[in-house]
Amino acid sequence: MYEFRMPLLGADMESGLLVEWLIQSGQKVKRGDIVAVVETEKGAVDVEIWESGVVDTLLVPPGTEVPVGGIMATLRAEGEAAAVPTEAVSAAPSIAPAAPAPPPRVPAAAPDPAAAAAHYKVSPAARRRAEQLGVDLSGVTPSGPERVVSLADVERAAQGATAPAPPIPDKQEAMRQAIATAMAKSKREIPHYYLGSSIDITRAIDWLAEENRKRSIKDRVLLAAVLLRAVVLALRDVPELNGLWVDKRFQHSDAVHLAVGIALRGGGLIAPAIRDAQLKAVPELMASLSDLIRRARGGGLRSSELTDATVTVTNLGEQGVETVYGVIYPPQVALVGFGRVSERPWVVDGAVLARKVIYATLSADHRASVGHRGALFLAGLERLLQEPEKLA
Amino acid sequence: MNTDEIRQALIDALAEIAPEGDFVALKADRPVREQLDIDSYDFLRWMIALNERLGVEIPEADYPKLTTLNGAIDYLAAAASTSKR
Repeated sequence: MYEFRMPLLGADMESGLLVEWLIQSGQKVKRGDIVAVVETEKGAVDVEIWESGVVDTLLVPPGTEVPVGGIMATLRAEGEAAAVPTEAVSAAPSIAPAAPAPPPRVPAAAPDPAAAAAHYKVSPAARRRAEQLGVDLSGVTPSGPERVVSLADVERAAQGATAPAPPIPDKQEAMRQAIATAMAKSKREIPHYYLGSSIDITRAIDWLAEENRKRSIKDRVLLAAVLLRAVVLALRDVPELNGLWVDKRFQHSDAVHLAVGIALRGGGLIAPAIRDAQLKAVPELMASLSDLIRRARGGGLRSSELTDATVTVTNLGEQGVETVYGVIYPPQVALVGFGRVSERPWVVDGAVLARKVIYATLSADHRASVGHRGALFLAGLERLLQEPEKLA
Repeated sequence: MNTDEIRQALIDALAEIAPEGDFVALKADRPVREQLDIDSYDFLRWMIALNERLGVEIPEADYPKLTTLNGAIDYLAAAASTSKR
């Protein structure tokens, strides 16, 4: 009998709220199937199962907060006898939320005229619950900082709440706490070393502009996708930067599950992974990146995207900073940072020219690699970016 | 399409990308990216949305002309009038 447990969907996670089961007792499932929707501080996640078999018993009802590692269901192999029937839980969700909604602490703000146009996104979990409860989504105002209608918002509306939505700080505070826990753990446990390098990126930018001229607007590629490709290729030569530190040793990964730091509207941060990035050329990386950003901000990330990352890239150049030395996400062992592209005087063949330059950094776990190897990675990255047509 | 309709299309598209933005207070002569939290991915989505709503394909080289709301309105009005021939 296989025990399906609440997965760790981020280094910071302590528990998740089971929103909905997408399977029922007796159903056949295969590895990779989405079996449940779990709400975390960063939004609703579609959780996949990593075993194949037949669903035996759903042990936890929807609406329950389950600690990471807590057992949620059992799975049996085909042909294995079913467990002695205990009080099995039906797949129909219960309506009562896990905790009563807190009373509002501040009076409602004056209605925002732009908000009256109701351009609100709705999380997938909220949409399903609204259907089940018969709630009209156009009348629901999101309370969270993302301005995305959440499960809690729908349940409040269903209870006929005419009181104003709870204050925004609640969800923002939870997100802040989650990030605080993860970052504190990283700095406590990982001996970081830091390396940085200025890279002349003029050729890559010119090549990209030429490529984009040939493409329709929907197929345009951002510089970020080119940088991600270069990172993936550079990791081939320094494999001790791609993998996980587990049980006091480094586990190298052949696959590069490349996590990308994505800023959430309202001030949060999440780093879901592009799985098997090593198999994707630049246009596919761009499509994956677009899709990931859309789902990170609007709901629909899969649990494997949050658990399987082998390395992370963070790109804060948009905000104007030149350099970012990031904090590694445990159990990964490296984080690559890119600052903004700026025009600099640069020496090319003995003459001073105006060139577009970007500052690339590596934060790495000194238990898994030494500075010399980190330096080889950055040197490889620089070399790759001088021949962008070979990256494609 | 007159400039009011163009302006509304621009704002509607922007509101889908940055739903928390205050579009009433948005200054039309200052860069949009200074007033709203929009990155290059969001800007590209905005360009794609304008392409879908207005049928105008905006080349990358012209992006600097659309930094402010007024700049975007002028650009799209000019693009619309040239395509009417």
